[in-house]
Amino acid sequence: MKGIIDYGVYLPYYRLKRETIFRAMSWFNPGTAGMAKGEKTVANYDEDSLTMAVAAGLDCLKDVDREKIDALSLASTTLPYKERGNASIASAALNLSPNTRTAEFTGCLKSGTTALISALIAPDSETTMICVSDCRLGKAGGTQEQLFGDGAAAIAVGNEGVIARLVGHYSVSYDFADQRRMDWDKFVRGWEERWIREAGYSKIIPQAINGLLTQCGVEVNDLARVIYSPLSMRDHMAMAKLLGLESDQVQAHLIESVGNTGSTHPLLMLIGALEEAQPGEKVLVASFGSGSDALLFEVTDEIRRFKSRNKLKSNLDYKGELENYTKYLSFKGMLPKEIGIRGEEVAPTSLSLSWREQNTVLRLVGSRCKACGTPQFPRDLVCINPECGAVDQMEDYPFSDKTGVLFTYTADHLAYSEDPPALYGIVDFEGGGRYWFDITDCRLESLEVGKPLQMTFRRRYLDEGRSVAGYFWKAMPFKG
Amino acid sequence: MAEGIKNKVAIIGMGCTRFGEHWDRSAESLAVEAFEEAIDDAGIEKKDIDAAWLSTCFDEGNVGKSAIPLASALKLPYLPITRVENLCASGTDAVRGACYAVASGACDMALAVGVEKLKDIGYGGLPDFSQLRGIYNRQIFPNQTAPGQFAMLATKYFNRYGLTREEGKRTIAKISAKSHANGALNPKAHLRRKVDVETIMNAPMIADPLGLFDCCGVTEGAAAAIVVRADKAKDFRPDSLYVKALQIAVSPEEEYRFQEWDGTHVEPTYRCGMRAYKEAGIKNPREELSMMEVHDCFSITELVTYEDLQISPRGRAKEDIDDGFFELGGKIPCQSDGGLKSFGHPIGASGIRMIYEVYKQLQGKCGERQIKDPRLGLTHNLGGFPANCVIGMTIWGNEP
Repeated sequence: MKGIIDYGVYLPYYRLKRETIFRAMSWFNPGTAGMAKGEKTVANYDEDSLTMAVAAGLDCLKDVDREKIDALSLASTTLPYKERGNASIASAALNLSPNTRTAEFTGCLKSGTTALISALIAPDSETTMICVSDCRLGKAGGTQEQLFGDGAAAIAVGNEGVIARLVGHYSVSYDFADQRRMDWDKFVRGWEERWIREAGYSKIIPQAINGLLTQCGVEVNDLARVIYSPLSMRDHMAMAKLLGLESDQVQAHLIESVGNTGSTHPLLMLIGALEEAQPGEKVLVASFGSGSDALLFEVTDEIRRFKSRNKLKSNLDYKGELENYTKYLSFKGMLPKEIGIRGEEVAPTSLSLSWREQNTVLRLVGSRCKACGTPQFPRDLVCINPECGAVDQMEDYPFSDKTGVLFTYTADHLAYSEDPPALYGIVDFEGGGRYWFDITDCRLESLEVGKPLQMTFRRRYLDEGRSVAGYFWKAMPFKG
Repeated sequence: MAEGIKNKVAIIGMGCTRFGEHWDRSAESLAVEAFEEAIDDAGIEKKDIDAAWLSTCFDEGNVGKSAIPLASALKLPYLPITRVENLCASGTDAVRGACYAVASGACDMALAVGVEKLKDIGYGGLPDFSQLRGIYNRQIFPNQTAPGQFAMLATKYFNRYGLTREEGKRTIAKISAKSHANGALNPKAHLRRKVDVETIMNAPMIADPLGLFDCCGVTEGAAAAIVVRADKAKDFRPDSLYVKALQIAVSPEEEYRFQEWDGTHVEPTYRCGMRAYKEAGIKNPREELSMMEVHDCFSITELVTYEDLQISPRGRAKEDIDDGFFELGGKIPCQSDGGLKSFGHPIGASGIRMIYEVYKQLQGKCGERQIKDPRLGLTHNLGGFPANCVIGMTIWGNEP
């Protein structure tokens, strides 16, 4: 019996109030006044769809063993590399085995549900993790800018410990070009909203959902929760009426707290439903984007065993306000700033070195000395412990899932940073090992010697001249 | 233990340019100026020199790699010359090379020249560090600068010894104020003005908790020394500088990779200092030393150096600072020339500049800033960061 065995969530730390956007851009487009409610998630300057996918995957790995994962799928319309396996980078950052089969689903906003179906119909013995992530960009002053949020979700699919069993799935595919981007587009382009709503959204989603219900012989009122992507708050409500749903059957759309996270969104809402579901309940999820995928699940008794059923809630609660619209523009690469000549210095990245040191750079795997037991990073031939000094006695030792405490730190105003001052410090890992790292998702005022920290996979730099995103790990306040 | 370098060589001539932002000078012209002063001071000619060592640090924006720039600038006639690069401790290492060569008998007279040109990069502070440790650096080191690395020393020191931010900043501000006052008396110094403690404490932040005046200047300049065997020194002049110790200690990087370092001191300074005292036969440095020129790249560095060199007890340098122990009229004047803080820090030249001050002080030639009857002077030169550095130290006396 194939189904969902585990899930993970990642919402970036920053929230931008829609009122902040509106105040900055209402001179240009007063028409977004009605949307200027609530807030949306915003990826930090050192995040992209890939790093968020990894963060959701790490959240998922809290409840499922790495060793069980046979395949990893990444789904997104905003992956950084067009050629160079984003999923291979994610697989390494998640410290999965090199034998993991990786795949990428992209091109439309139903890519997340399509990846999920593919995992569910894979051979019964196979365990797949899908990481869905999006970081879409609307132009300044537009409705998409107000609507879009950044976020990632991960779902592990297998046949042991299934918390939600797949009952059936149904897909439709159409070239309904409500939104589009080509190779060179930074921003999403759309078409008239009335047309999207009336000719597409309100036709295609019901077609997928009703097709699935008919196929499975299930009535609408048999469903405990129904999940479908929102166009806007109003359209989401109107769809409930169209589908004949009672309000308690409609899963919260998260627009007021997160925004529309693209490919991620139906799965983020599905996780929201699973966090509240009872055994035996039927949950239906439908995506929207160049068609629709609908999937029907039945929640099992195993959901009671699932320990951390507050992943979405804890991510919703863990946040800090991005108080400044120009900072948002800057994080999104929409504001050419005076970065100074120091900022313009871009050292090259050696890809042969990156390959040689992949365990260090991507996996944050150091070593433990078999002679004295000292964990150390990065891996060396000679043990760092001055009392030991054993040569070539190292075994792999992962640090990405270790917590630590802040040994010392600074806020550097001289170093060039996209979010000055640059925070960095020395981290003492629980269980041994010490290293220095950049620190992210916090401010100087929240740091103190001894502060608990965890590790997070981030984009340390983006070398646009040479088409290299430099990924490595940073420390961040312990989130749990 | 080996018998060491004590009293085996002496410096018979030194030169040092004015330090500063030399927008109209090349590194080569600065090297020539320091060299010409040194050979005039020694009363020798270029042809008397058998070998030379050149110290520079940042090469691309400066003279470039190799010893060729020195041979070319000074027109040294096919001499054996070696370029030394050991970060900010390069200058001390060049002097060490020259001294060892003479002490071994391999040559009779050796030259050390340090020079640095830093202001041709187009921005303030030192050049970008993203390739400091090679191309791997960029991928796994934090986005760091020197002020930030030393700021972490201050953060930890204040935390460990229970100093509030205000107390900590005031303590280190007194160090900078002292060095500015000394530098104001030095015609060759880069920053020749007094700065009061309140101004220092309220200056713009560079790397928390270090403000602008906690940091040394980014400076250009050159310095040179001429070394002969100690038993020959009297042939050249009556007031040579006799070596008592030359030591280098390099961190194996345990500090930031093994949970033992306490983060409030610089381990190689302590190790290097203990070895230097032993080599020089110094039992009680607090009583025996007449003066010190330490590597005050940042005010906090000078504070922990007092403790690492066993002048002040651990955690209690504040008491000596408050007592004026290190001021010009104090027991052990520190940075009588203004130090890196005020004289400036042309990286490859700094270690030699420190020795230049000891040389001039021991000869009694320092005018307004002259220390009374100095006999034994120490220099301490740090290259790198508190958690991984090269320390170069020298001790000199006015008698063989």
